Amino acid sequence: MSTVEERVKKIVCEQLGVKESEVQSTSSFVEDLGADSLDTVELVMALEEEFETEIPDEEAEKLTTVKDAVDYIESHSS
Amino acid sequence: MLEGQVVLVTGASRGIGSAILERFASAGATVIGTATSESGASAIAGRISENGWQGDGVVMNVGDAESVTEGIKTIGQKFGPPTVLVNNAGVTRDGLAMRMKPDDWDEVINTNLSAVYRTSQAVLKGMMKARTGRIINLSSVVARMGNAGQMNYAASKAGIEGMTRSLAREVASRGITVNAIAPGFIETDMTRELDESQRDAMLSAIPAGRLGEAGEVADLAVFLASEGAAYINGETIHVNGGMYMN
Repeated sequence: MSTVEERVKKIVCEQLGVKESEVQSTSSFVEDLGADSLDTVELVMALEEEFETEIPDEEAEKLTTVKDAVDYIESHSS
Repeated sequence: MLEGQVVLVTGASRGIGSAILERFASAGATVIGTATSESGASAIAGRISENGWQGDGVVMNVGDAESVTEGIKTIGQKFGPPTVLVNNAGVTRDGLAMRMKPDDWDEVINTNLSAVYRTSQAVLKGMMKARTGRIINLSSVVARMGNAGQMNYAASKAGIEGMTRSLAREVASRGITVNAIAPGFIETDMTRELDESQRDAMLSAIPAGRLGEAGEVADLAVFLASEGAAYINGETIHVNGGMYMN
């Protein structure tokens, strides 16, 4: 079973079309990985699907780095 | 020409929607037509199988969010996510503005305009993933010209044109186009109900001197869904025999 971080990184690579080596835990989706606003919406939707959770808009806005996403999912999964 | 495309046409029982279903099916697409009743949906399904087309009829009330979500889920499971959405379903509740009832306003806005928001949102996820897709919205010439007795209908159609342009800007970078077709007077059950004097008055305003055929609208929808139309985006194209020119 992959860790949450591995699964998040895999989704980030798929959605943003970046290589796994480019994705660090501190990478910012917009500044480091070149995501535009539509990419971030798609990314959040992909995370919701993968982890079977719903991320409210006001929380989704705060997820700017890989670590933010991992922390959010870990603290919101049972 | 459109083999492998999964085309969802709302309001496909009669008139323009029915013609759109037929032209897409003839172009090789898998076609799914919606109707508000079970009997309507099975009539569409029957027509599809009689003609040897690929596809099905589905019950969907575009005025109801849950019905749209459920319907699109069912289609996705059976045929895969729609690659082309034709928002055709529409109603009229005509009456002069001074006497228009709130229900007549609300129903037209909900069924004609809010429905386009619901269905478009529901299919966009699949299109974004696929990095391609076509949304084609049926407007009307009255969106631009206005029409006495159709304040609600004209507002809903003008709203569709604004939605078309906004959505086109949002999703263009993902290979998705969103366009509108604005038919003028087309031979349908609705226009056949008019009496001779109304018909004559209508014809005198149309340079072509005749009403349009539903197929003449449907052919444009097929073109907009084709690869050749990939660079047309956010546009409203009029099909009205010259009755209204931009």
